Amino acid sequence: MITRIFAISRNTLIELVRQKVFYILLIFGLCAIGSSIFMAKLSFQEEFQMLKDVCLGAMSIFTSILAILATANFLPKDMEDRTIYTLLSKPVPRFAYLMGKLGGILILLGLFTLLMSAVFVLVLWLRETAVISEIQGQFQGVEASEEARAAIQSVRDSTFNVNLIPGILIIFVKAALLASMTLFVSTFATSALFTVMVSAAIYFIGHLQATAREHWMQGMASVEWWQTIMVGFVALMFPDLQAFNLTDDVIAGAMIPLTLFLQTFALGGVYVVVYFLLASFVFSIREL
Amino acid sequence: MILRRLIALVLLAVFGAVKMPVETSLDAAQKSALLRSTALDLDLREQVGQMGFLAALSGFRSPLAAVLWIEAHTAWERTEWGRMASLFDTVTGLQPRSTLYWDMAAWHMAWNASVAALNDESVQSEALRQRNQRQYFELGKGILERGIRNNPNSSFLHERMAILLRDKFEDHCGAAEAFSKAAELPNAAPYVARFAAYEMAKCPGREREAYDHLRSLYEKGESQRLPTLLTLLQEMEKNLDVPPADRIESPK
Repeated sequence: MITRIFAISRNTLIELVRQKVFYILLIFGLCAIGSSIFMAKLSFQEEFQMLKDVCLGAMSIFTSILAILATANFLPKDMEDRTIYTLLSKPVPRFAYLMGKLGGILILLGLFTLLMSAVFVLVLWLRETAVISEIQGQFQGVEASEEARAAIQSVRDSTFNVNLIPGILIIFVKAALLASMTLFVSTFATSALFTVMVSAAIYFIGHLQATAREHWMQGMASVEWWQTIMVGFVALMFPDLQAFNLTDDVIAGAMIPLTLFLQTFALGGVYVVVYFLLASFVFSIREL
Repeated sequence: MILRRLIALVLLAVFGAVKMPVETSLDAAQKSALLRSTALDLDLREQVGQMGFLAALSGFRSPLAAVLWIEAHTAWERTEWGRMASLFDTVTGLQPRSTLYWDMAAWHMAWNASVAALNDESVQSEALRQRNQRQYFELGKGILERGIRNNPNSSFLHERMAILLRDKFEDHCGAAEAFSKAAELPNAAPYVARFAAYEMAKCPGREREAYDHLRSLYEKGESQRLPTLLTLLQEMEKNLDVPPADRIESPK
């Protein structure tokens, strides 16, 4: 069974990598990250802040888009190409098919995140090296002075810090959640366009879920009954995507405690599993 | 098939009910760790426009702040100080945990805009120009105060406040307080404690305290025995009539 799942994952990955959407998003993502070095020069002094803002923002946007587009497309495409019929006529259970597909998408998202992170680190390192050599030039002859050391240390502190790693991992887990959620939507959708539209809507609503949940749990005396039902519906049915928006704080230099990072990561993992199980449940009797 | 979909939706709702307390406690834990503490309110909605607000809601606060910061840079090139102040307000609202945004915004207002106001030839009256300059100082101070409220443990912002009070308001007592606060916080620059003592020495009524502070720094060794510190100590020894035996050695 595992061998079959791996085979499906591998094929899915190859298919996705061959698709134009992957290259277009990759090129746009890399361009955004690469151009951040020039955008940073437009700002006053805090170029590393700007660089991180643009790079991590680009990573978050493009991984989310890729997660939705890549996942929304595969089921309709397999049905159109009729490969799904060949595959499911063999002793491959439907959940194994879905798991293989989701596995392929998650590997793709992992590679995408890794590649963008590598370019981000390279850009950051290039700027750090350039700025440090500029500072050393300004303090020529007095390199050992307190001010020079403090200035260099300040540059180092504002470039690489260990918090970038959990920040990037949370971007990945959010994209994985979106992929799994899109997979669930695609199991009852009639077209890829419908899946993309619904997933995009869930994406936006998911960012407001925390507000809805807060209001619902506090109870609202001054609102109509139907508003309470609506807020409750949003709080129950949608994922809380704000919980995964920690990159803004990472950019600002805030520390993410390890336990908090693990809890957030685990919550993302639970979402992925639950959406996958629901997708398998619906897909198991879908007429193809 | 329809029944399955309905069951799936019911299961999703059950999962929603189960996860709700978990999400609530995670939300509270993140906020208590000062993460995701930015409130997106109607004021911000008006400042960034509908699309900007949507972007901010969708988790793209920092790229939006970066774009607006670049706009502020353009406004600076055109010396549009009012527009800059408004953009700074929005950017710091979007990214209140970023100390650099607070610092730069305050610096532009208190240093650059204030000088421009003083040299503004379109305003005939010298008194009016001075009043405008003072308003920009206050604006810079207000920005730093809000920055400190959002980042109470930032040594950097306290230090910037001290510099502003020292250089623009000539409030040495206030500057001493701010430098002292900065020195107590984690990641304080090594010179901050010394600067606190320098400012304290200029604060009427705190000369003795300043002397003790400077003396304790002097006792820490050669790294602290800088010309300003030595000169100041010697001056204070004279002013405070410190017995010759207790005075520091004259620098060679």
